[in-house]
Amino acid sequence: MAKKPRVKVPAKAKKGEIVQIKTLTSHVMETGTRKDEQGNPIPRNIIHTFSVTFNGKEVLKADMHPGVAANPYFAFYTRAMESGTFEFTWTDDSGQVLTASKQMTVE
Amino acid sequence: MTVRRNHKAALGRRDVLRSAALGAIALAGTGLVAGEALATPETAAAALAKMAGGNAMEQGKVTVKLPEIAENGSTVPITILVDSPMTPDNYVKAIHIVSEGNPIPELISFHLSPDLGKAEVSTRIRLGKTQDVVAAAVMSDGKVYTGRKNVKVTVGGCGG
Repeated sequence: MAKKPRVKVPAKAKKGEIVQIKTLTSHVMETGTRKDEQGNPIPRNIIHTFSVTFNGKEVLKADMHPGVAANPYFAFYTRAMESGTFEFTWTDDSGQVLTASKQMTVE
Repeated sequence: MTVRRNHKAALGRRDVLRSAALGAIALAGTGLVAGEALATPETAAAALAKMAGGNAMEQGKVTVKLPEIAENGSTVPITILVDSPMTPDNYVKAIHIVSEGNPIPELISFHLSPDLGKAEVSTRIRLGKTQDVVAAAVMSDGKVYTGRKNVKVTVGGCGG
């Protein structure tokens, strides 16, 4: 989890335009069902929550289960209505929180 | 591991044992943890109903995009598209996705807002074997729509 999450947000958008946002985080997403070489279960450690806010208002949230692939990737859309800042938050089972933020200017 | 296979209760004892044995072989074959009960269409439907809040579900409006064949089950791209105008009084509140063949049926729940403008989300999931993936969309008026897609998995992605 040392790597910074990668987030793609268009820097500029026209008012009313629907823009795509993509995010990629590196994380093992350990399922909790696997065992190590000694046969001991490997404890679960997944990012369980991903949330996106725009100017402080939540626009998207995802609750994840171990069936989400390692290095979680998300793509979604949003309607550009005003300039502002997107805040992205990933929280994992070990309590680690990753964040990223991106500005978007609406013309 | 026969305990959770309630739907097999109508079969004879030998059938149950045989299916359990076959299940164990299939698990070993896909590299899944032996002894772990897999989701079935029944348990997946129950999990989906619980995630979607228990309202009646209707087929339609939901498109599940998955590759026909996933060569690597440990990362399978999936896109869910819901037919909705995404306006403040008519939008998709949530999208829930379940697997009919993974050790854990629940995959992911998205909570949407009308600010998205378009009800389309993409991510990557793990699939243990060839199966159907089912998605349910909860609309702002409380109606629930579902869609499904079969995906053939060459190498399972739930272990090893």
